[in-house]
Amino acid sequence: MANPQMVMYDEEFQQINAVIEKLLREANAKVIFLVDKNGQLITGCGETERFDTTSLASLTAGNIAATGGLAKLIGEKEFSILFHEGEKDNLHISIVAGRVILVVLFDSRSSLGLVRLRVKKASEELSAIFGRLTEKAAEKEKSGESDFPFAEITDDDIDNLFN
Amino acid sequence: MSFINYASREINCKIVYYGPGLCGKTTNLQYVYQKTAPEAKGKMISLATETERTLFFDFLPLALGEIRGFKTRFHLYTVPGQVFYDASRKLILKGVDGVVFVADSQEERMDANIESVENLRINLEEQGYDLDKIPYVVQYNKRDLPNLVSVEELRRELNPTGVPDFEACATTGEGVFETLKAVAKLILHDLKKG
Repeated sequence: MANPQMVMYDEEFQQINAVIEKLLREANAKVIFLVDKNGQLITGCGETERFDTTSLASLTAGNIAATGGLAKLIGEKEFSILFHEGEKDNLHISIVAGRVILVVLFDSRSSLGLVRLRVKKASEELSAIFGRLTEKAAEKEKSGESDFPFAEITDDDIDNLFN
Repeated sequence: MSFINYASREINCKIVYYGPGLCGKTTNLQYVYQKTAPEAKGKMISLATETERTLFFDFLPLALGEIRGFKTRFHLYTVPGQVFYDASRKLILKGVDGVVFVADSQEERMDANIESVENLRINLEEQGYDLDKIPYVVQYNKRDLPNLVSVEELRRELNPTGVPDFEACATTGEGVFETLKAVAKLILHDLKKG
């Protein structure tokens, strides 16, 4: 398959949240969220309740995919950072560990320079955590260990979803 | 591919509706959106041209409930059907878990249907997927219109491998949920295999 399935465990989830909460404070940002390149929201912090994060996640991934297409057309592998400047709010979007998208929403209380600086540091920490997650998933697969919740799924379970 | 979060006990899957221009992909999503309880659905996003043709994609997040203690979310996407939007279609297939092919049952659209299935197969292959191996269902839409191709012929041309298929009229909603349910089932069965 093009991309291996992404699995998130409790320990790494907490570590990731700690990194983005620190980034939120240090970069004076309003909202930070992490998105899978396929458009699924992984986690977020800050004023998340003010925004439709599911839609933001999907459009961000679409944006990254489209920009990646542009990059290929001019002979680049991908563009690792995107920046959108608005009248009040700005979006700084970057790719972490090749498959996760880090989105920082900030206003005039912060600056692009500060956000770039802090994002760089946080990206290194996030890359390390995602590296461990990948190793963990590979180890679990190798050992045949599975705590997969759907192993016992029945047709009734699925039918109930639509009732 | 799906995203399983053990920490927040959520599972997210991506379903893509594919098919030729004006076959009713967006109408399928609009019907699902209208008929879903507000608490189960997110906002439907349509990136369309002024003439209502899909430009990039339509997106509808659906939270259908819990399975074995996991919140199950399906993210429904359509692709732009017009031939010249092929680059967009390729991008939207990234990370897909299941595909619905929406065929236009009108006789004059048969060539467009066949071309679109071929295009789906090629674009999936470019992303590393095999149409014969991923969860896949076919919908024969617009069964309410005149000048119809018979279901037998549609099957022969568009569904030679015999995946689950459904007759539909997306404007009235006939067959819409049956199609969605079938692909969701195939995805969950696929996940079960691990």
